[in-house]
Amino acid sequence: MLGLARRLRNAGVVGINSRNRGYIMRRNPRALYRLVDDKLQTKRLAQEAGIAVPELYGVISTVHDARYWDRAIGTHDDFVIKPAHGSGGNGILVIAARRNNRFFKADGIALDAATVEHHIDNVLGGLYSLGGQVDQAIIEYRVQFDPVFKALSYQGVPDIRIVVYRGVPVMSMLRLPTRESDGKANLHQGAVGAGIDLLTGKTTLAVHHNHRIREHPDFGTPIAGWDVPLWQNLLLLAAQCYDIAPLGYLGVDMVLDAELGPLVLELNARPGLSIQIANGRGLRHRLDAVDRVETLPDGAADRVALAKALVGEVSR
Amino acid sequence: MHNLHVKLLTLLLLGGGLVFAWFKIHLLGLPLRPNQEATVWTVEARVEFQGGNRPAVVDLDLPDEYGRHEIVDEYFVSSGYGHTVHTRNGDRRTEWSIRRARGTQYLFYQVALVPASEASLAAAARDAPPPPVSRPDYEEPLRSAIEALLGKVRGESADIFTFAGHLLLELNRPGANSGYEIISKDLARGSREWVERIQYVLAGAQIPSRLVRGITLESGKVNDELTPWLEVHNGQRWEGFNPLTGERGYPPNFALWSIGDLPLVRVNGGDNVHVRFAVADRPQATLDVAQRRAERSYPRLLAWSLYSLPLNTQYVYRILVMIPLGALIVIALRIFVGVTTFGTFMPILIAIAFRETQLAWGIGLFCIIVGAGLSLRFYLERLRLLLVSRLTAVLILVIMLMLAISVLSNQLGLLQGFSIALFPIVILTMVIERMSITWDELGPLEAFKQGFGTLFVAVLGYLAMTNPTLQYLMFTFPELLLVLLALAILTGSYTGYRLTELFRFKDLATEAEQNAGTGTKTS
Repeated sequence: MLGLARRLRNAGVVGINSRNRGYIMRRNPRALYRLVDDKLQTKRLAQEAGIAVPELYGVISTVHDARYWDRAIGTHDDFVIKPAHGSGGNGILVIAARRNNRFFKADGIALDAATVEHHIDNVLGGLYSLGGQVDQAIIEYRVQFDPVFKALSYQGVPDIRIVVYRGVPVMSMLRLPTRESDGKANLHQGAVGAGIDLLTGKTTLAVHHNHRIREHPDFGTPIAGWDVPLWQNLLLLAAQCYDIAPLGYLGVDMVLDAELGPLVLELNARPGLSIQIANGRGLRHRLDAVDRVETLPDGAADRVALAKALVGEVSR
Repeated sequence: MHNLHVKLLTLLLLGGGLVFAWFKIHLLGLPLRPNQEATVWTVEARVEFQGGNRPAVVDLDLPDEYGRHEIVDEYFVSSGYGHTVHTRNGDRRTEWSIRRARGTQYLFYQVALVPASEASLAAAARDAPPPPVSRPDYEEPLRSAIEALLGKVRGESADIFTFAGHLLLELNRPGANSGYEIISKDLARGSREWVERIQYVLAGAQIPSRLVRGITLESGKVNDELTPWLEVHNGQRWEGFNPLTGERGYPPNFALWSIGDLPLVRVNGGDNVHVRFAVADRPQATLDVAQRRAERSYPRLLAWSLYSLPLNTQYVYRILVMIPLGALIVIALRIFVGVTTFGTFMPILIAIAFRETQLAWGIGLFCIIVGAGLSLRFYLERLRLLLVSRLTAVLILVIMLMLAISVLSNQLGLLQGFSIALFPIVILTMVIERMSITWDELGPLEAFKQGFGTLFVAVLGYLAMTNPTLQYLMFTFPELLLVLLALAILTGSYTGYRLTELFRFKDLATEAEQNAGTGTKTS
């Protein structure tokens, strides 16, 4: 047991205690949490900085407004409802289509307006929020995801998570929804995480429930070797997010929209550690490499270049 | 730098807590385990005399503060008498007085004794040396007998103690013809006068000696008298001698009562005076004994003890001082093991709730109520109620369930004195809500995993928090909270892996080693 711990340490695998104390507590000032915990604020900041995000259709703040929630969507037939202070992908309702005043989830299940309203009520009541505080419900554009990963995702939207350490992208993975995860790209709920080679943008290994897999559990498609389109843009976008939310240890979640290209979905001040399993390598050596750089460059593009240099150096 | 700070702070807290606890254990003799019992001897002196229908003053010698026993308590029982205690030359005496003593009078003095601690024994040995003895002017025919005896004994002995021993041996030699019987003629062997005669002879060799009287602590003694004993000083310390055999030492469990030749009791205004002693033993918690002892020797320190609080406040603190221990268990299980629970301290709250219900019933109730609450929660979910109303509905159901269980078990005579506090109800409601959210969001598997994690930690916490030894330790030595604080801070600086992470990352170990080890080592 102790031998395993030593091997993991030597391999640079970061554990939860180490992440919390060594990175989150040291690099992420508490005061900045609100920038990422409130998705509404993240969205505004991103828009101001020219970072592409899904378009906001409306915000519902009171139970009274919730009764007329459908006014917010206007003529849109598909949209996403999410809590402004949600965590771990909880409380996100994706409506893919509307017909005869019935709303269809991505898996084809129909909901009536009252069910959606109840969901909004729950969001407002704080059911899905961090700490259970009273919350707001965000209604926004549903990403028309790039069909490139169609063969790898069960409904839902695959998203790209890049861990950005002090503004430098250090590790990335593609998160693929499965039947089990109910179309959500959350690893805890059974989504697949596929490591992306930071240098090439190619998928490498994959993880499902902390176990190494090579094929998608629903389709049997091999996961390795896929090219993530617009990889350079994604890296740049992730690095830019550090400028709007200067958290030293930041998780940036992005999607590839078929028409709009890369969009930032949300930022995370406590990105998980499964990304290490997805990539088959520990984070520590890369984080240490960033820490060894005396002055980190200011420009996002420079930091992406630095990231590539460091990652190349560490894994060479 | 940060870590050094943490380490120093931890060390400081640990040291502070442990040193203070050590001090209390060592100096006050507070026991480390609860319900440890020490034998407390109760010696009762009964003074009996015939009152002459006139004022009477009774003067009784009391056991003193030194010796091989310590006084933990004393009582004076004497209806109608006023009494005072005074100390003269280190000798404590009590004085009972009454205006008119009629008929047979009984006065009682009770003292509770415990064996003295090492520290006070050492202090007693450093008694001031007695004044030098002047050689008495013996008269014939005693004179020649004593001188002959002293000469013989001096030749056969090496120091003062062996001298005294030999002298006693000679005087106690049975049968006549020793030529010394004239010295002890017409004296009852072993009596007070006998000891005084020996002292008289010892004075001839200028050896300081004194008469002491004491009682052998032996349960069930009644109507006993004090045993006279001889003590001889060798210039450094007093040593006891059996006046009948010359053996050094004291009888086992010998409690000194009176030192010197002042009468044990003097009654002014009464006749037919008797003093009789009775001895009883009773086991008493060592803690109480130490408390009493501390009351006499460190009164200020004791005022700071939790035991000086009113009883109902004490009861609350008995629970409160255990909470940090439970919290520490939660910390350990989360940080070192990685057990997932609902909320951070929910398990502790549940553990406290278990105190009210006992463990087996607590777990049973927990499962029944959480199960029923969950079902209701899912039913209410379909009604699409607002969150707060739904929570309240679950709360009401929990109360009704508890009510039903209490009434039912009472009717069936299952649980006598089954008590339900207000507190567990809210906690159970919270558990139900948390569990149902987890169920919705992460699936039933995760919900049960966290539910059992919570229950498991709660049970461990309960076992620790209700452990009588730990309870006793925490309440008697609240400074151990500093130690817990130190441990909490120390665990906060742990950055190693959790036990569950070792399983989680097991697959990763080999791959990451390969990936990290293919090229030049970076570090």
